[in-house]
Amino acid sequence: MKRWLLWVPLLVFAGVVLLVAMEMHRPADRTVFSRMVGKDLPAFDLKPMLADRPGIEPALYHQGKPRLVNIFASWCVPCAAEAPELAELAKRGVAIDAVAVRDTPEDVGAFLKRWGDPYARIGSDPMGRVQLALGSSGVPETFVIDGKGKIVKQHVGPIREDDIPGILAALEDAR
Amino acid sequence: MIAETGLVLLWLAASLALLQLAMAIIGLRFDRADIISAVRPVAIVQGLLTALAMGALILLFARTDLSVLLVAENSNVAKPMLYKIAGAWGNHEGSMLLWVTILGLSGAGIALFERRLAERTLIATLGAQALISIGFFAFLLLSSNPFARIWPPPADGRGLNPLLQDPGLAFHPPTLYFGYVGLSVAFSFAVGALVMRDVTPAFARAMRPWALGAWLFLTLGITAGSYWAYYELGWGGWWFWDPVENASLMPWLAATALLHSVTVLATRDGLRAWTVMLAVVAFSMSMIGTFLVRSGVLTSVHAFAVDPERGSFLLALLALYIGGALALFALRIGSVRQGALFDPVSREAGLVLNNLLLSVILGVVLIGTLYPLVAQGMGVQLSVGKPFFDKTIGPVALILMVALAFGPLLRWRSDDPRALLRRMRAPVAAALFALGMLVPFARGISVLPLIGLILAAALAVASILPLWGRNLRRTPLFTWGMVIAHLGVAVAVAGMASESAFTRERLVALHIGQGVQVGPYRVGFAGVRPEVGDNWSGIGGVLTVSRGGETVTLIPQQRYFSDPVTTTNESAILTVADGQLYTVLGERNPDGRWQLRLWWKPLVTLIWLGGGMMALGGLLALIGRVGREWRTKRRRRRIEMGYLP
Amino acid sequence: MKRLALPLTLLAALPATAQTGDSDRYAYSQLRDPAQEAKARDLMEELRCLVCQGQSIADSDADMAADMRALVRERIAAGEKPDDIRRWLIERYGDYVTYDPPLGWATAPLWLAPFLLLGAGIWLATRSIRRRRR
Repeated sequence: MKRWLLWVPLLVFAGVVLLVAMEMHRPADRTVFSRMVGKDLPAFDLKPMLADRPGIEPALYHQGKPRLVNIFASWCVPCAAEAPELAELAKRGVAIDAVAVRDTPEDVGAFLKRWGDPYARIGSDPMGRVQLALGSSGVPETFVIDGKGKIVKQHVGPIREDDIPGILAALEDAR
Repeated sequence: MIAETGLVLLWLAASLALLQLAMAIIGLRFDRADIISAVRPVAIVQGLLTALAMGALILLFARTDLSVLLVAENSNVAKPMLYKIAGAWGNHEGSMLLWVTILGLSGAGIALFERRLAERTLIATLGAQALISIGFFAFLLLSSNPFARIWPPPADGRGLNPLLQDPGLAFHPPTLYFGYVGLSVAFSFAVGALVMRDVTPAFARAMRPWALGAWLFLTLGITAGSYWAYYELGWGGWWFWDPVENASLMPWLAATALLHSVTVLATRDGLRAWTVMLAVVAFSMSMIGTFLVRSGVLTSVHAFAVDPERGSFLLALLALYIGGALALFALRIGSVRQGALFDPVSREAGLVLNNLLLSVILGVVLIGTLYPLVAQGMGVQLSVGKPFFDKTIGPVALILMVALAFGPLLRWRSDDPRALLRRMRAPVAAALFALGMLVPFARGISVLPLIGLILAAALAVASILPLWGRNLRRTPLFTWGMVIAHLGVAVAVAGMASESAFTRERLVALHIGQGVQVGPYRVGFAGVRPEVGDNWSGIGGVLTVSRGGETVTLIPQQRYFSDPVTTTNESAILTVADGQLYTVLGERNPDGRWQLRLWWKPLVTLIWLGGGMMALGGLLALIGRVGREWRTKRRRRRIEMGYLP
Repeated sequence: MKRLALPLTLLAALPATAQTGDSDRYAYSQLRDPAQEAKARDLMEELRCLVCQGQSIADSDADMAADMRALVRERIAAGEKPDDIRRWLIERYGDYVTYDPPLGWATAPLWLAPFLLLGAGIWLATRSIRRRRR
């Protein structure tokens, strides 16, 4: 048996320990990001969730003006947390379309009454079909769509105050 | 006072462990017979003190002394006594204390009973054991004192996760710990043998009962854990290739390889370096397993009580012990004499093949489990799961089954290949018979389970052949053990293959009064009724289940716990001779129909029956081996004393 | 684009009560055709539930897993091949979504590992046996 071979187990073991130690001290980012960023928004038609405004149709995203698609649900706690930020964006003239996942008109109505209503349109996505088509893996998530129907940015999780400039910049770039 | 006494006992035990290590080193280094002769007593007292400390903790839990922080956090007055006591080790600190207790008692056992190993090797072994204990003592005393008080004591404790209030789970962790500690003892023996350059059959015989015992407990632990996941998770799966499951499988694979290679060393003085290596690997797998479970580095369904500080500590211990042992191995093994020689067709060669295949499986499980971390380091997110392990491990496991059929029929040292093939006639006939039986079903079965069923038939026959033509009364117990364990493998594989090939699944939504056919059973949905338990309320679905003329009622439940708020599905399982009917009650649809998940799983129980048989075989082998050692020892003593010629 | 159009027509074909009513039509119930169901089952077992702690969508109670099951069954029912559905999901979620990592530069070591281990093991074993024979 060659001498150096005897050291192989130790080397392998050292490698494993090093790997695990590195991963432990650099808490892994387990967010699953959508691979659709940079690609065209899949075309989807969503029925209106509420009687007072239309649902979502593909043509919306080809009118030359960037829009936000906000995936949300009334049963989702962090969705309430981002309500003020969404309101702020809406106040600055951003068109926000909501995809309400697995939700009912009553619940959505109550949710908007309580937390504010920043949405231009609200489509109902009862089986998470649009969510899956966009590569979104949770609620809330926000996609920035440019005026030609391309997804330019994905924001995972609730939008916080310091996320607003980034989103506005993405909207600006998409013009 | 009990808590303070416990803490004092713990400090005393830790100091004795330190003393044990120092005395072993000094005694061996300076050849001081007086110091060496004092190591055994120290080890015995150390073990006793640790056990008393554990006893104190159990007593605190039994009395629910809420002025102790650990009790207040993990127990409450209302719990049944069984869970109160199990609470003592159902938490991080207590489980660590249990670990050192078993470790200390094993050390005491070796010190008391082991007389055949060279004295210096034994002292080195006890030194290595003390070193392992010290690491855990340090952790207990410096950062997670189980006896810490809380002031003012709360009125009631916090209880235990309802999912974990299960008699199976109360004993699941200690079972695995017995296994892990057994492997740590085997590891200590290996380190002692390396330090003394004394890798001999005597060393193998001293280590073998520990490897066997460890394997037996790991087998029991994995089998029970698999059944728990099967009935608790509610989707009918029994093995998910989840990181935590893999963490328990890896030491088992290493221990399986170890107990086969240690036999070659004990009987034929072969595979010296390999056996030492395996002992180190087996213990490192149990440490890595514990680490993966505790540190939360990998995501898992079973992830609980994750704490990075504890993770770092375990990792440091792991690096120290295993890295040290592997370095020692590389430095020393070159000077260990070459073991005995053997032929390519021989029992030894068969066992080498067994070790080769088990090691490959172990390597694949390890790499598959850690690869998502590697990929993350490269900036890629990926998942490794069932399909990967099926594709890679499946074929290797089937080859292993063939080797397993041949192995016990081979002669030691050298065998005639043609004679071997003659001996294999009956198993081959069994395989052909199974193939014939399966032909009508073959269209719907995938390749892996099909081959699995055929090989299981062959293996079942082959595994009992070693008893053929023998006087069964005079057949040694450890041969019975081997036969039963190998038969257990055939039984378990038959169960797995049958479950995978013949399971009938019905996922339906039914109105009350409707029914559905699942495999041989007619399941009628008679209604729902409220159910109430100690700390939950729920709904039970009343299912009338009939087959032929017999009718049974099954009541799968949905349980709602308020603290913490959780919903669990409680499956209801009907076990009959040829399989299980597995039923789960799901949600109620808005149209008033209830979702039901129903499975007919033919022969699925064989999986756990086979696991139990393997453990039983291990137990018989252990009793047989230890009994024989004991008898030869007594006989020798009698000869020495002149009673026998 | 044709592939994308398919689920859309399906979506549109759903009755208006789909809000919650039939949402679990395929999430918790099977396809009629056993061969199709078997295909769907195999695919569901290898797809990872994205919001769970390491479970496949075939054995998870999560809503999103249910949605993914429904998606898989509907598309299989519409005649799509499992490979295409897998590719569609990988396009959106990356390789993370499958427990059967596709062969690529990042997974080559993983898939080669069993062969390398087997090779190394055989090499070690035969070497020592041959030497023992001498």
